[in-house]
Amino acid sequence: MTSLQDKLLALKQQGIKDIEKSADLKELNDIRVHLLGKKGPMTEILHGMRDLAKEERPAVGSFANKVRDNLTETLEQRKQELEAAKIEHQLAQEALDVTLPGTPVRSGAHHVIMQITETLEAIFLGMGFQVVSGYEVEEEKYNFEKLNIPKNHPARDMQDTFYINNDILMRTHMSPDEARELEKHDFSQGPLKMISPGRVYRRDTDDATHSHQFFQMEGQYIGKHVTMADLKGTLTFAMRKLFGADREIRFRPSYFPFTEPSVEVDISCFNCDGSGCEVCKQSGWIEVLGAGMTHPNVLKAAGVDPDVYGGFAFGLGIDRFAMLKYGINDIRQFYQNDVRFLRQFKQA
Amino acid sequence: MKVSYNWLKKYVELTDTPEALANKITLTGLEVDNVRHPAAGLKKIVVGWVKSVREHPNSDHLNICQVDVGEEAPIQIVCGAPNIAAGQKVIVALSGARIADNVKIKKGKLRGAVSNGMICALQEIGFSDAVTPQAYADGIYVLPADAKVGAPVYSYLGMDDAILDIEITPNRADALSMRGVAYEVAAEYGESVHFPEISLQEADKNVADVLSAKVTDEQDAPSYNLRVLENVAVKPSPLWLQRRLWNAGIRPINNVVDVTNLLMLDYGQPLHAFDYAKIGGHTIEVRRAEKDETLTTLDGKVRQLTPEDIVISNGEKALNLAGVMGGLDSEITAKTTTVVLEAAIFDAAHIRKTAQRYNLRSEASSRFEKGVNRATVITALDHAASLIAELGQGSVLKGRVAPTSVTPTPVKVQLTTEKTNQVLGTNLTSAEIKQTFQQLGFATTEKAGTFTVSVPPRRWDIHIAADLIEEVARIYGYEHLPATLPASATPGVLTAKQQLQRRLAATLEANGLDQALSYALTTPEKASAFQLGDSYPTKVSWPLSVDHTTLRMNLISGLLDDLAYNTARKQTNVALYEQGKVFLKADAKTARPKEAAYLAGAMTGDWQAAAWNQEAIPVDFYRIKGLVAAVLADFNLAEAPEYLATTRHQEMHPGRTADILIDNQIIGFVGQIHPRVAKQAHIAATYVFQLDLDHLATLAKKKVQYQPVSRYPAVTRDVALVVDQSVTNAALKVTINAHGGAYLTSVALFDVYAGRHIENGRKSMAYTLTYQNPQATLTDDQVNQAFAKVVAALQDEHGAKIR
Repeated sequence: MTSLQDKLLALKQQGIKDIEKSADLKELNDIRVHLLGKKGPMTEILHGMRDLAKEERPAVGSFANKVRDNLTETLEQRKQELEAAKIEHQLAQEALDVTLPGTPVRSGAHHVIMQITETLEAIFLGMGFQVVSGYEVEEEKYNFEKLNIPKNHPARDMQDTFYINNDILMRTHMSPDEARELEKHDFSQGPLKMISPGRVYRRDTDDATHSHQFFQMEGQYIGKHVTMADLKGTLTFAMRKLFGADREIRFRPSYFPFTEPSVEVDISCFNCDGSGCEVCKQSGWIEVLGAGMTHPNVLKAAGVDPDVYGGFAFGLGIDRFAMLKYGINDIRQFYQNDVRFLRQFKQA
Repeated sequence: MKVSYNWLKKYVELTDTPEALANKITLTGLEVDNVRHPAAGLKKIVVGWVKSVREHPNSDHLNICQVDVGEEAPIQIVCGAPNIAAGQKVIVALSGARIADNVKIKKGKLRGAVSNGMICALQEIGFSDAVTPQAYADGIYVLPADAKVGAPVYSYLGMDDAILDIEITPNRADALSMRGVAYEVAAEYGESVHFPEISLQEADKNVADVLSAKVTDEQDAPSYNLRVLENVAVKPSPLWLQRRLWNAGIRPINNVVDVTNLLMLDYGQPLHAFDYAKIGGHTIEVRRAEKDETLTTLDGKVRQLTPEDIVISNGEKALNLAGVMGGLDSEITAKTTTVVLEAAIFDAAHIRKTAQRYNLRSEASSRFEKGVNRATVITALDHAASLIAELGQGSVLKGRVAPTSVTPTPVKVQLTTEKTNQVLGTNLTSAEIKQTFQQLGFATTEKAGTFTVSVPPRRWDIHIAADLIEEVARIYGYEHLPATLPASATPGVLTAKQQLQRRLAATLEANGLDQALSYALTTPEKASAFQLGDSYPTKVSWPLSVDHTTLRMNLISGLLDDLAYNTARKQTNVALYEQGKVFLKADAKTARPKEAAYLAGAMTGDWQAAAWNQEAIPVDFYRIKGLVAAVLADFNLAEAPEYLATTRHQEMHPGRTADILIDNQIIGFVGQIHPRVAKQAHIAATYVFQLDLDHLATLAKKKVQYQPVSRYPAVTRDVALVVDQSVTNAALKVTINAHGGAYLTSVALFDVYAGRHIENGRKSMAYTLTYQNPQATLTDDQVNQAFAKVVAALQDEHGAKIR
C-alpha cells in the first residue's frame, strides 16, 4: 500500500462522510466540486502519480479510478435523496384544505315543464313519432269544427275560450295541430305518427289548480292498419317509461267528441301503490291520459277516407304530469319563475 | 248522478257489492266517482218513543225527556229542540253512540240534569242542509209512528243504502236516469231489466174542457204534453219517496213536486207542475219571451228576459222559463188542488243559453241540454199523473193536451265483424258481437258478417258504426283487448330547428341561466315594449283579468316580471332566459298575428357571487354580450354579427344598447334596460338580450370544411395606440383587417386604458396581431413590413399615436 493509496483512501472516507452529512443540493454540489474539481484533492493526489515507479502506476491508477467512481456514485445517490426530499418538502408546503368549497361555476336549470316535454318526446321519437308544432292563435275551424265539435257544442263556449274575433281564438288544446297534420299528410308515404306539445289557453281564473295558460301534448297515429290494441300497447309503454315499469295501467271507456271509441287511461297511484291516498283521492288510480280511436268525422273533415284509414289519438296535460310527478301543489309556480322553484328541477 | 243501490236493485238483479258494482261500471262505461254508505261510521242510533217531556228547571229552552228506547226502563235525555213533543218517534243516539263527523255521545249532565243520550236532527247523523226537509231544518226529525222502538234508524231513513256517485260524460245523458243506469248495468252483467207496470185511472172529465195549449215554434218544443189532476191534496210525501229523493241529493218538498222530481230521476225526463188556479187562464202557450218581459222565478228573483228565452205563458205573461225554472206565481203550494203536469222536450241549445244567462243550471236544465229519451216523455207524464193521484187522492182528467209530439223510432246502424276486429285489433266472432248487442237490448239482424242493429231511442248517442264498435269494446271489456306496439317502422327524428332549440337551451344553461316560461298574455304596455320591429298588438276580445289582455310582442317584459317576482322575494342574483312565441301584426286590421320564435335573456345582480376566494362579479354589458356571442356561435353563421350602438329602444339605456346585425339585417339587440324602466319594475340594474330565432334560422350558414393546421410557426406583434374616446374598437379592427396583408390571421384586443398618462378625451387600445403563412415560415422582414402598414394606416385613419 503506497502512501498515495492511503491518501486516496482517506480522501474517500472523508468524502463519503461529507457527502452523507450534506443537507441540501447546493452543499452537495460544493462537495462535488471540492472533491472532484480540477483544483480539488483528487486532482492533487493524482498529480503525485508522476513520482511513482512505473510498475506501481497501473495499480494505483486503477485504485484511484475506483475511489473516483465510488465518490461519484455516492454523490449521485445523495443527490437523488436530496432531490426527493426537496420535492417531498415542496409538496408538503403545497398541501391544501381539500374540503374548502370549489370556485363556484354557474349553471342553469331546465324548466320542469320542458323536462317532462322532452322526456315524452324522447319516448315517442323512439317509437317513430315526429314532433310537430303549430299555431297558438288558431282558426276556430281547426280548434273545433274539424274535430267534430259542432257550433252549439258546450266546449265552444265563449266562457271557456279566449276569442280574438268570431273566427280566431287562442287554441284551447293541441288538437288543431293534429287536424292540420292530418290534412297535410301524404298517406302514400306511409302512416302519420306525430306528437305535438305546446302552450294552450283557457278562459280560467288563475288559482292553485287553474291557469289560463298551460301545456299539453297530443299525438296521433293514423294509417291503414292501426288498431285499438296498438293504442293500448303504445300508451302502456309510454306511461310505464314515464312513471315506472311497475305501474299498472287501466283503460276505461270515456267520451271525447273527436274519438270513438274513447278511452281514459289511469295508472296505479305511484304514491300509495294503489291502496288509496291523498294523491289519488283514495281511489288507487290516477287519470293520466285521454285517448281513443279517431272519429270518422275528424278523418272526413281532413279529407281522409275513414273506410281506408284509421288510428288513434291521445292527449295529456304536461303541467299535470309535472305536478303529479313532483308533488307540486300550485300550478302558478310554473309561470312565476321563482328561481328557488326552478332550481329544484336540475336533473330530470 | 247519485244512484241508489237499493233502488237500482228493484230494476236489475244485483249480486255484487256496491263497490264491486262501482268498479264494474267504471271499467265498462261510466265513471263512478265514489260510493257513499250513509250509515258508515254511525253507531248505536235507534228509534225512541218520547214518553214524556217536562221543562228543565234551570233552562228556558231545554226539556227533560223520558224516552223509551226498547230497554227495560225509559232513559232520560235532555233535549234542546223546539219541536220536541211527547208521543213522537225520534232518532236517539244512545250513550256510546257515534254520530256525524265521528262525534261520540257520552252520558252527562246538562245544567244539573242527567242526560243518557241525544235526540238527533237529521243533520246530526250526516244529512246535508240541502236535503233536509224544511219542516225539520231547525229541529229534531220525527219518524213515522209505526217505527219500531229500539230498532236501528238506518232503514227508516234510507241510510242502509249505498249511493254510487256516477260522473256522466256528455254523450251518456241516458244514464242521468235510474232506468238508463239499469239498462247499462243489465248489459254489463248480461241481466235483464224489470220495471213495474203503471196503471193510470182517468176520470170521465176531459182535459180539453179545462185546458188548451199551443207551441209557437215547433223547434223550441218538439214535444209538449200536459195533463191535469183535480182534487189533489198537497202534503208531505211518504217516507219511501222522501228517502229516494234525499239519497239522490234532492230535498223533499210536497207530494206533487216530489213526484215530478222522483220521475225525473227515474226516467231522466224533467217534469213540471203548475197550480192550475194560478195560471190565470185556460190556455198555455210555448213561445219566446218578449223584449223587456220580466218573470219572477221560484227563487224569488226578477228576471229580465230576452227573445232568446223560451217561456211558458198563460197567453198573456210568462209563467215559466221553459225547462230551466218555474215561476213563483204558479208554484204548487199547500192550497193547490188542481195540478197541471208538463212533460216536454225543449231545444237543447236554447235551454243551455238560458240556464247560462241567468246562472240557473238545474237538474232539469242539464237534462234538457244533453237530451232526453224520446220514447218515455209520455210514459213519465202518465206515471207521474198516476202517482200524484195515488198520493194526493186526486183524479186525473181524461186525455192529454199535446200540441206537439214526437214519434220515437229506432236508429238502424250497420256494422261488419271485419271492421269491428280491424278497429279493435281483436278476433271476435260474429256470435260474440251479436251477444254484445243482445246484452245491450239492441235488436240485431245479421247477413254474411254484416249486422243491422236497431238502436232504441233510449240510446240517442249512437248513430254510426264507430259508436257500435265502442259498445262492443266496452261490453267485451277494454281490459280484455290485446295490447300491441305499432308494426310500421317510421323514423322519429327531431328537425334541425328542434335540435337547434335544444342546443341553445343547453348553451344558456351551461352558462348559468335558468329557463323561464312566462305568460304570453300580458298588459298592452308590456306586450308592446322591447320590440324588435314595429308591430300592432293582438287582444283577446273578452279577457278575464287586466293583467292578461294582449299577446306579447317581445319576451323581455315577461322576464322582467319574473325578475320582479324574484326580487320581491329577496332573490336578487337572477339570470333567466326564455324561448317562445311572440305575436306580430303588420297592420291593425289583421286579426291573426304572425307567430315568431324568439329567444331572450335577462340578468340582474351578481353574476358570480362573492366566495372565500373571489370577489363578487356583478352582471355587466360585456358579460351578456359574451353570452349572446356564445348563443350566436350555435348558429354557425357565415357572416359575423355586427353590434351597432342604438338609442331607438325607448325601454333601453341609450348609451348601453346595441342592435345586433347580420348581413345588415337586425336580428336582435342587447344592452342594459333603461334605469327608469328598472325603477318602475322595482328591480336593480338589469341586462337583457332578445333574438329573432326564426330570422336567424334563415341566414346563411358557414360551411364546415376541414382546414389543415399550419406546420409553420405563427408570429405576433403587439401595438398600443392612443386614440380619441369616440374611436370604436370595431372601427380600429376594420382598419387593421383592411391593411393587415395576406398573413394576418387574428387581431385580439388585450387592453383598454384611459386615465393617468393619457390625455383627456383619449384612450389607449392595445392589440395583438398574429401572422402566419400556411405554406412557409414567415421572416421577420415580411412581418415587420406588414405590421408597419397597419401602424401607418391606424395613424392615418384614426390619428392614432403609437405608445
